[in-house]
Amino acid sequence: MSISRKTITLKKMNSEKSYTAPDKHGYYGQFGGAFIPEMLYRNVEELRSKYLELIADINFQRELNLLLHDFAGRPTPLYFAERLSNQYNANIYLKREDLCHTGAHKINNTIGQLLLAQRMGKKRIIAETGAGQHGVATATVCALKGLDCIVYMGEKDMQRQAPNVARMKMLGAKVIPAISGSKTLKDATNEAIRDWINHPDDTHYIIGSVVGPHPYPDMVARFQSVISKEIKEQLKEKTGTAFPDYVIACVGGGSNAAGAFYHFLDEENVKLIAVEAAGEGLKTGKSAATTVLGKPGILHGSKSLLMQTADGQVVEPHSISAGLDYPGIGPLHAHLFTNGRANFLNATDREALNAAFELAKLEGIIPALESAHALAGLKKLFTEINEHAKKRETVVVCLSGRGDKDLETYMQHIS
Amino acid sequence: MNRLEILFSTKKHHILNVYGTAGFPKLNSTLEMMRSLQECGADMMELGMPYSDPLADGPVIQHSNAIALSNGMTMQKLFAVLKDFRKEIHIPVILMGYLNPVLQFGFEKFCAAAASVGIDGLIIPDLPEFEFENEYGTIIKKYGLSFSFLVTPETPDVRVKKLDSLSSGFLYAVSASATTGGNTHVSDIASYFNRLQLLNLKNPVLVGFGIKDKNSFNTACRYAQGAIIGSAYIAALGKNENVNAATKSFLSSITG
Repeated sequence: MSISRKTITLKKMNSEKSYTAPDKHGYYGQFGGAFIPEMLYRNVEELRSKYLELIADINFQRELNLLLHDFAGRPTPLYFAERLSNQYNANIYLKREDLCHTGAHKINNTIGQLLLAQRMGKKRIIAETGAGQHGVATATVCALKGLDCIVYMGEKDMQRQAPNVARMKMLGAKVIPAISGSKTLKDATNEAIRDWINHPDDTHYIIGSVVGPHPYPDMVARFQSVISKEIKEQLKEKTGTAFPDYVIACVGGGSNAAGAFYHFLDEENVKLIAVEAAGEGLKTGKSAATTVLGKPGILHGSKSLLMQTADGQVVEPHSISAGLDYPGIGPLHAHLFTNGRANFLNATDREALNAAFELAKLEGIIPALESAHALAGLKKLFTEINEHAKKRETVVVCLSGRGDKDLETYMQHIS
Repeated sequence: MNRLEILFSTKKHHILNVYGTAGFPKLNSTLEMMRSLQECGADMMELGMPYSDPLADGPVIQHSNAIALSNGMTMQKLFAVLKDFRKEIHIPVILMGYLNPVLQFGFEKFCAAAASVGIDGLIIPDLPEFEFENEYGTIIKKYGLSFSFLVTPETPDVRVKKLDSLSSGFLYAVSASATTGGNTHVSDIASYFNRLQLLNLKNPVLVGFGIKDKNSFNTACRYAQGAIIGSAYIAALGKNENVNAATKSFLSSITG
């Protein structure tokens, strides 16, 4: 009896080639790791040695779940988009992360990391932000808990996402413009890392995506995994099965995609679709489609796919969406791409805009420009309406954020 | 004995190591800068390989990296510049830079090229000890290059010993947990350097970050075999078109 149980356990372990967790050095296949200067070692090591235990703690989980429920407004609805479904001849469900407090999925992670920072005795919180959603989500939880908050934001992004800058300021955060390089998310991240180097004692850096040195990619993916946990429960309730045919999400660094994919990663029947920002087009030199244009490289402390010159200098990306304007992707996504577990598409600025206007008109929902890229993926997957299809496929699109912050851009393109 | 070993065994204190960014202030000023540094009394130098995202650097060195890249400096061009430098430069020269450009050049190809032109060692701050032990250390050793790890006031003793054991040439003691060019008060950290002295390290120690003038240089040299100056020298180069004159006046302000 005991022998056979042992055999079963061993068999299970051998067959479990899980995509969800990196190895102990933070590697997903060939990607990940912690390529950090010694000045960051103590802080990153403190986090690495404590995060799993702290997250597993029952009191931590209780406080996290309470805040996710009462403060962030979870669970977010899984909405059956009927008119959009008819448009594409598929059963399309929208995971409404846009209905989270602060308007995007980013708060799932900032609540989690703030609770961790408190337990590690940190008094000062720093963050980088692209579209401003992560900055707002960080400023929000800092206000909630009374911690100092400094947000680095590319100077160019501060202009194109002005409403979010105002929100952060109202929430009491200090917003510091990143004026180096391309003045966007990559440079804001550099400045946040430099701040952390210069404040080794009292500061926690809340990275907003599944990027950065180990344990960040895994930690952020865990905090965002609530998205796919809810999708499974809600889909089961609505359709009788927890597993859709497709999950579609946009990828800049890849945090909402990591969260939307997480509990489906080891379910090979669920097709995972990541949509990157093609910018003005893949061959225009103004793009952010990392899996098409990138090669393995190191940025912000981990090895992943990276847009770079032949000389290893990081290329300045372009996307109409500030949240996708990043020259890399998280190491988990680089691994999913390389292994073929996820299918990577890309959408141009124009295609994303069209998808946003389509959703507004068909469903009465104005999506964030980032999420509009995921919606643009629908057109690429379900262009041919097959009337003889045996069954409509079930598709979940992660609607990662709402479009209030992008109204100025939308107004420029309304026609 | 290699150049570094000779230097550290013959000069026991006040070793002056100066950092300059390759391709700054002008694309073709690198060799002139190296000549001037040797002439004006630098005991050794670190040549920075410019990178678009120098995480551990403050604004001055960031700026020099950006200028060098806009001047067109690349790894290929750097090795072309360095092809015959040993005919005239005899002090130790270390290449310092970030890992990504080195990886794209090809790590082994890079080490081979560095060794063949006469480079003595490497400093790559974002190459951590796990990766060094797992993959890159043996390649660096194979080509006879030294490799210096950084330690900071926050590095625990056990880890200092480990990083010292993996290092060769010298150990780079960062004066404070900070990016380069900060306003560290070197005198505030006597206990850190005293702690290093008690650890019986196998490598000589050079102090860097925040060393900017005669006073901070001399203070650092009280605790270590020498010190490294980077940002202050880069700032001086940025203020004077004439690299030789800038170097001469800056180094005499330190050693004079």
